[in-house]
Amino acid sequence: MKTESILEKILTSGQLAVTSECGPPRGALPDKVKEKAEFLRGCVDAVNVTDNQTAMVRMSSLAACIIIKQMGLNPLLQMVTRDRNRLAMQSEVIGAYAHGIDTMLCLSGDHPRFGDHPMAASVHDIDSVQAVTMVTKMRDDGLFQGGQKIDGPPKMFVGAAANPFADPFELRVARLAKKVKAGVDFIQTQCIYNVDKFEKWMEGVRDRGLDEKVYILAGITPMKSVGMAKYMKNKVPGMDVPDDLIKRMAGVPKENQAEEGIKVCLETIERLRNVKGVAGFHLMAIEWEHRVAEIVERAGLLPRPSF
Amino acid sequence: MITAERKPIEDLIQSVSPYRRILLVGCNECVTVCSAGGRKEVALLSSALQMHFMKEAKPFEIKEITLERQCDPEYIEELVPIIDQADAVLSMACGCGVQEIARRFKEKPVLPAVNTTFMGASERQGVWAERCAGCGDCVLGVTGGVCPIARCSKQLLNGPCGGSTRGKCEVDPDIDCAWQLIWDRLKALGMTERYEENIPAKDWRTGRGGGPRKIVREDLA
Repeated sequence: MKTESILEKILTSGQLAVTSECGPPRGALPDKVKEKAEFLRGCVDAVNVTDNQTAMVRMSSLAACIIIKQMGLNPLLQMVTRDRNRLAMQSEVIGAYAHGIDTMLCLSGDHPRFGDHPMAASVHDIDSVQAVTMVTKMRDDGLFQGGQKIDGPPKMFVGAAANPFADPFELRVARLAKKVKAGVDFIQTQCIYNVDKFEKWMEGVRDRGLDEKVYILAGITPMKSVGMAKYMKNKVPGMDVPDDLIKRMAGVPKENQAEEGIKVCLETIERLRNVKGVAGFHLMAIEWEHRVAEIVERAGLLPRPSF
Repeated sequence: MITAERKPIEDLIQSVSPYRRILLVGCNECVTVCSAGGRKEVALLSSALQMHFMKEAKPFEIKEITLERQCDPEYIEELVPIIDQADAVLSMACGCGVQEIARRFKEKPVLPAVNTTFMGASERQGVWAERCAGCGDCVLGVTGGVCPIARCSKQLLNGPCGGSTRGKCEVDPDIDCAWQLIWDRLKALGMTERYEENIPAKDWRTGRGGGPRKIVREDLA
């Protein structure tokens, strides 16, 4: 075991892991964090706390992680390379670990173009692959990125993202291989709607034995409506929503579309839990945290293991 | 080359309006090639300003000159005989040229007439695109001759990110995904295995991270 992370314990035990996410509020509203996180108690193994997602200013991931940690849940610190240089990232990792946060995710982050500060400069001192290298080196070698020794190294269980649906597809397994080479422990994927394509990607992952080296959590986002499905297809970069799925959502009355979306996501979970190399699920129920418990239960993923 | 675009005429009118006599200085190098501040653009801007102030019946004199290179002190000296005939200089060179004039003539206001944009290449007639970020430690040898620092919107050294779609960048469909270009090149070169060599975190000291840079060539100095 590299860390004390509950997520690591569950994944190492061979049981399917379940993570979900909590987007911090756009203001100093600690109760909002608690309200959202409370919905996830007992039904997930770690709560991803997003880091200024979609490049919109929000309460910092670390601050919200601390609130969630104090509630007795397991926060997962997301960190983007867009907003911080390597000094700030490393100090934040140490700070997080000092607060008992032992699981994190390294991302490059959405471009400011998509957020509420399109005039901001991006940092990108390092990229997500280099961030994984940096944080695993801090943990395993007890060294800062600059080479100096750390007094009290942070023992982070380190994740990264993978998008099997972005182009060029032929490169997507190789890109995962780079993250594995950097030392990543687990992967949370982009939302999966095109299950065939995801399975094809997993085939490539297995062919190279990467599933033996990294835990892959399949990303699942329930559709609330046909409108959301269309938005995901047309407006969200790197998202692959098949037309059949949109037709299916459009084919049910508006008041039943949310239930249909949940059915779709349960069918996806059912299909993917039997795919070799899928180590769990990452449920990104965007502003739908209160439905996560139901989805996890109906998917037969309860009770969550305890350690 | 260094590319630039002329500032909007309204901005230029406003910036020269406190002065009666203007020396408009073009440059025969990069800004000529990108049609922003060469002899031709100097003539056009000069006419536009004169017409404007004539309509307003405001006294206004403008003298035109285009130097071989505004970033070179040797050519700046050509302004010495005429500089006193002007209340201010309006320079159509890149930021380097503007600063050279300001450095040489300490008591003369110097105004920029162009916005210096990037180091780039001409893609086709009338289209220039950014190619180099001047990081001071070239990686083109390992990235198939396509620079991820200048051409990836996220400056990823181990891209592409999850937003690459049909060869285009998520930021703007008019931007090519640099990592798609890199991948295509590595494939054409039969060097795809190179993609999986992780590029380590960059030492930005050779770039802007080390503060303003200077090249000193002892053999030439």
